[in-house]
Amino acid sequence: MSISQMSSKVTSLAVVALLSVVATGAARAQSATEIQLSYKDKKFDPAEISAPANTPIVIKLKNNDGKAMEFESKTLKVEKIIAAGADATINVRAQKPGRYEFFDEYNEKTARGALVVK
Amino acid sequence: MIASLIIVFREVFEAGLIVGIVLAVTRTVAQRNLWIGGGVLAGVLAACVVAAFAGALSNLFAGMGQEVFNAFILIIAVVMLTWHNVWMARHGKELAGELRAAGQAVVEGSKSLFALAVVVGVAVLREGSEVVLFLYGVIAGGDSGVGVAIGGFLGLLLGVMVCLLTYLGLVRIPTRALFAATTVLIALLAAGMAAQAAAFLERANWVTALDNVVWDSGWLLSDSSLLGKALHTLIGYTDQPTVMQLTVYLAILLITFVLMRLYGAPAQATAPARR
Repeated sequence: MSISQMSSKVTSLAVVALLSVVATGAARAQSATEIQLSYKDKKFDPAEISAPANTPIVIKLKNNDGKAMEFESKTLKVEKIIAAGADATINVRAQKPGRYEFFDEYNEKTARGALVVK
Repeated sequence: MIASLIIVFREVFEAGLIVGIVLAVTRTVAQRNLWIGGGVLAGVLAACVVAAFAGALSNLFAGMGQEVFNAFILIIAVVMLTWHNVWMARHGKELAGELRAAGQAVVEGSKSLFALAVVVGVAVLREGSEVVLFLYGVIAGGDSGVGVAIGGFLGLLLGVMVCLLTYLGLVRIPTRALFAATTVLIALLAAGMAAQAAAFLERANWVTALDNVVWDSGWLLSDSSLLGKALHTLIGYTDQPTVMQLTVYLAILLITFVLMRLYGAPAQATAPARR
């Protein structure tokens, strides 16, 4: 009996902890810089985007192409599949100033762009 | 053709490593080929399903469906790997010893095989859905389908080679040492996957606590280089871990160690020997 009570207490504590983590996540996402980006025919538009340093960044990417693409950036630690004609939201953690390249993994040589953090 | 070879190889590389390890781990277990083959097949089928519904999946959880899905299947793999290690700590001797052929051991062994088949399935599913989408895009686009298909096939073949080399490398270790080696290997694999799951939840903004980067070793070994990627799969190496990822990593190692101690060796087997 007492063991099951204890375990239920532990479970509810864990749930509370998890919820508070999720809640702070939602609150923090609001202060992020939002950038619009689109993709078509192996080209990003615009090919270069910029954002302030040390704030989280949210990239809203619309894939206007007829094929799926995979948005990837090794330096930003992002990898996301975006279906043909679909929108995607990409969360990027706060970055130091610098130039961060991204590309469509399926067309790595040609389909490239960069995020400049200032 | 070269481009598609590289893309496909990059995706199957990780799955190849994991399948190779699982094959070596289950070397002495009867019927393992059936289970692991089943895991690979289920992974391929699931990859096709995921690829077909990629758009719908992305839209779940406010656009974070992919991240949450990846984290979820990684967590399943972590649970299965940890459970396997704990289970092997208890039953490993019976399996390796003279009981190997006994009916009971085979029945018991299939429980652990199920866990590992799930792990293999998850590994194939994760990498496979990207390959399916890529190849589908190429076929739908109609540009030089034959060259791409050949490249993709060669990439797949290279991935199978990675799997074979991992397996052949591991089975050179004598059986007794193999058990200890694979226990460590699987614990690190599980810890690395758990840290990866944490990274996905961070990207989805589900987890934001402890998000400071602990170190940046990208100048030394980038985790997107081939060696970095291999270490990423095997021991969870990443060149910019957050405090949360590191905490999760260490926690899984600690949990595995404690569980193996608690549920591992049956008490009566060791007690009389200590005097």
